[in-house]
Amino acid sequence: MPALYATTREVGVITLIDLSGRISLGEGSALLRKTIRDLLDSGHNKILLNLGDVNYIDSSGIGELVSGFTAVRSRGGELKLLNLTKKVHDLLQITKLFTVFDVYTEESTAVGSFQ
Amino acid sequence: MAPETKHLEVTLDTHVESVNLAEEMCLRVAEAVGFAEDECYRIGMSVREGVINAFHYGNQEKADKKIYLAIDLTGEKMVIHVMDEGKGFQLKDVPDPLAEENLLSTSGRGIFLMRTFMDEFDVVPGRTGGAEIIMSKKLPLPGSPSNNGNHKPSNSDAAPHQEA
Repeated sequence: MPALYATTREVGVITLIDLSGRISLGEGSALLRKTIRDLLDSGHNKILLNLGDVNYIDSSGIGELVSGFTAVRSRGGELKLLNLTKKVHDLLQITKLFTVFDVYTEESTAVGSFQ
Repeated sequence: MAPETKHLEVTLDTHVESVNLAEEMCLRVAEAVGFAEDECYRIGMSVREGVINAFHYGNQEKADKKIYLAIDLTGEKMVIHVMDEGKGFQLKDVPDPLAEENLLSTSGRGIFLMRTFMDEFDVVPGRTGGAEIIMSKKLPLPGSPSNNGNHKPSNSDAAPHQEA
């Protein structure tokens, strides 16, 4: 099963993390956690997660998304989601997390939404 | 004559890799009996969550404990059992992850996902002293839209019949 890959890029004051693969128990969740923590530790607290190439998330991955969301918020920042695949969209909907996260389908709109 | 129940059983180590292994195994069985891609995803996810539950909550990630996974294919459904060597738990004690106060919890959604994705779901005391998760999904009918064309009638050779 493919692992998770993460690359970060700066778009203005926003840090965009392009993710691909699976966010699941083990390496996937751990990589997401480390990537967000490293960004927060280096003073980046406006984070946009591009999940367009994430084809699978389990409960551990959902927990990691929530953990990232609360960690960023506790540092006065914002974490938002971009480009959900159908499976991830459905998963966030049934877990009611669609009401928690700001979710976007256009990168420019998402970037422009940050305070 | 009633169709024969086919049984597959494996004992897994309490290790993260067992989660992937269990998911892969059940996905192969689900595909072999003709479940469509979406249903395979739901079955795979449920097995994954069941084994994560056994690994993390049941066995407390202790390497000396085992996880027991069994699949029964009756003529009507695929039944999956996941057993751990923990202290067991009762469903009524599991917090509702959809409750407002739990929405930002970083854990506790596995049981909910299994309940949502499978046709039947229950937790009973297992013979190992821990919890036994029992969940099932009705088999697709031959030729039904949810069938991917692989399903054969009962007693098909496509289904496993072994014990490991």
